Amino acid sequence: MKRLAIALLLALLLAGVAGQFLLPARYDQQFRDQTDALPGGQHLLGTDELGRDRAARLLAGARVSLLLAPAASVLALVLAAVLGLSAGWFGGWWDRGVSTLIDLMISVPIFLVLITARAVLPLNVSPVTSVMITFLLLGLLGWAGSARVIRGACRTQLNSDYILRALATGCSRPRLLFVHLLPNLWPVLRTQFIVAVPAFILDEANLSLLGLGVAEPLPSLGSLLKELTHLPSSPNWLGLAAPAILLAITVCAFEFLLPPKEGSS
Amino acid sequence: MRLFVLLWATCLLAADPAVLKFCLRSEPKTFHPLKVGDDASETVRYLTAGTLVKINRRTQLPEASLATKWKTLDGGQTVRFQLREGLRFSDGTPFTAEDVAYTFQQVGAIRSGFTDSLRQGDNAPTATVTGKNEVTVRFAGVTPGWERLIDGLGIMSAKSPLQEKAVLGAFMVAEYKAGQYVVLGRNPHYWVRDAQGKPLPRVDQIRMDITANRDLELMRFKRGEVHMINKVDPDAYQTLATQMPEAVRNAGVSFESEQLWFNQYAKSPLPAYKLEWFRSTVFRRAVSESIRRADLAKIAMKGLAVPGVGPVSPGNTVWFNTKLAAHPYAPSVALAKLQKAGFRKQADGLYDAGGHRVEFSIVTNAGNKTRERLAAMIQADLGEIGIRVSVVTLDFPSLLERITRGFNYEACLLGLTNVDQDPNGQMNVWLSNTANHQWNPNQAAPETPWEAEIDKLMRAQARTVSQAKRKELFDRVQAIVHEQAPFIYLVHKNVLTAIHPTVRHSLVTVLFPHVFSNAEEVELQGAGVYRSAR
Repeated sequence: MKRLAIALLLALLLAGVAGQFLLPARYDQQFRDQTDALPGGQHLLGTDELGRDRAARLLAGARVSLLLAPAASVLALVLAAVLGLSAGWFGGWWDRGVSTLIDLMISVPIFLVLITARAVLPLNVSPVTSVMITFLLLGLLGWAGSARVIRGACRTQLNSDYILRALATGCSRPRLLFVHLLPNLWPVLRTQFIVAVPAFILDEANLSLLGLGVAEPLPSLGSLLKELTHLPSSPNWLGLAAPAILLAITVCAFEFLLPPKEGSS
Repeated sequence: MRLFVLLWATCLLAADPAVLKFCLRSEPKTFHPLKVGDDASETVRYLTAGTLVKINRRTQLPEASLATKWKTLDGGQTVRFQLREGLRFSDGTPFTAEDVAYTFQQVGAIRSGFTDSLRQGDNAPTATVTGKNEVTVRFAGVTPGWERLIDGLGIMSAKSPLQEKAVLGAFMVAEYKAGQYVVLGRNPHYWVRDAQGKPLPRVDQIRMDITANRDLELMRFKRGEVHMINKVDPDAYQTLATQMPEAVRNAGVSFESEQLWFNQYAKSPLPAYKLEWFRSTVFRRAVSESIRRADLAKIAMKGLAVPGVGPVSPGNTVWFNTKLAAHPYAPSVALAKLQKAGFRKQADGLYDAGGHRVEFSIVTNAGNKTRERLAAMIQADLGEIGIRVSVVTLDFPSLLERITRGFNYEACLLGLTNVDQDPNGQMNVWLSNTANHQWNPNQAAPETPWEAEIDKLMRAQARTVSQAKRKELFDRVQAIVHEQAPFIYLVHKNVLTAIHPTVRHSLVTVLFPHVFSNAEEVELQGAGVYRSAR
């Protein structure tokens, strides 16, 4: 399953990157005499209400979300790892300080912070810059949950027998960190990364639903999901549901990348 | 046994009043007719208050109400009203000329947005009883369009112990639960009768549920839990038209418009070269002439709007300058004009004489699908002449902060809600020293000759009694705005409403209130339907 999930994600990314060369229309091209067209020869998934090719927009949206959500996850993970590891490692007042900061970050409504940050940013930025800023903010603000998990895992590892044995044999602290501790924390870090990617895709989707995500005309999976509200009245259910289906597949694929739970086969 | 059946039938009838239901989108802030300032309170006032003169919502012209006739004296400063005889307030108190005099006395005593609109400076109008059923009202100065102001003046009783709660309109406030609903009951002393001589109103109650959520309102309408929606957006209208085609009503072009404007405020933090573009008539006109308005109306507004012309929409049949038409779509002409003004088109876009790439951002409020579509289409249209546009959606408080306090924006796309038919209602937009002169507010003195001319014309029309002369002056204002394009009018929206098929005799009007302007004549069909709609 894991291989299938990786293959699926790579295929989606590849389609997103290559889609602009394969499809006849650009994602921002408006065919104003073919608005809300049904799926057909020229437009595989039909067109949206401005006459833009849904297939081209879906692939462009997938490209944006699948490239930038992992990037934001890496950023969040680096911050979480540095703060969580250092808190677990040093303990004492630093641990208390970092734990307080984590609690603070978790208790602050991230959406309000994002909306405020969006409001004070410069207006005259290109859609690409805008989407990068959005994911950068998600990365900068979304590390706290992972940091708490990493800190806890670090504390557990430091109290384990093999670390005590290593300390008893006179192992240096850098060696303890890089040779013993980090390799044992690697599954936790990897899991946190995999969990964060779909979470950031969904966060961006929520921001887009509020109209505060990726700027026009660039699509993202989130901004495309907004059109689901037309589903009951539109005959083009496939074109409207396609972003949701793709998002569900993406999130499921990331779920399959997670290590199996203990006790499960 | 017969007595029992009779009692049972009476109970059934009593338990089944005809209740007209619709939603208020906000909490009414007051039920006092002179303190009204918000839409919800205005709705209650409209349905409950009696006025001397009423603007006919269909013809948009004044007609007699509590006053049977009137005469304008002193060159427009004084009006003598002859009052209708034998009327009573909702609590049975007789209506007399003293009540009108008392109401004007209260106008002088109470400060509110509404009473201020009747004042000139600090001077309020006064009313004197000059005969049996005759009142003479003296305004503080010449007041053209006084009928429109009087249309909102609910007459209060001088003698009723219920004070402002005693009303002369078709309904009276019966029950109010904050945050939940307002129930209006029938005024037993309402004086108007239908063509067959039967008393009005025809429904027993009006129940107005307070809900800001438009989706919920629409859902309840579809379920038959509310009978009317006063304002439906194009997307919802289109959906409803497919599901309940008999329920949607399009009353034609409204007074509202969607418009784009550039920030011309001298103290804004914009770079000087951008301010220079935005202050250039050639630039603004070129932008305007590069926008396909017909497409905006057809696609972004789902065909439920007409291309924007100017500050007065064609829906305002009294004041619209019929000589004007929407700016033509002529991108090549626009580009030629820009090139003549020093701009140059290169392969990657348009540049000004100083070598700056012509690009700007359009801010609009997040979550408004129509405006997001309009902005995306303008972005594509202007891209064709090499102008790069960024569309930024902001939450409304952030947007207001930028356009009214920080002035840190380049262009803004918003709608103008204009419920006032008369140009005096737009004074706060067109006078250059006002805060609502959005493109360049609070000017100490007009910064351009055309703004100076608009100031002069607007003040002149406000002092002129002759309707024809006022129209001439305001036509010139419209022509200047059309020529200078400080606001680039994109579309004029249609009045889109929904009325449940069980509602009969309802009249949909361009003027507010769109669906219940004749609420007293409305009838609900079938008692069973009322039950399901409750």
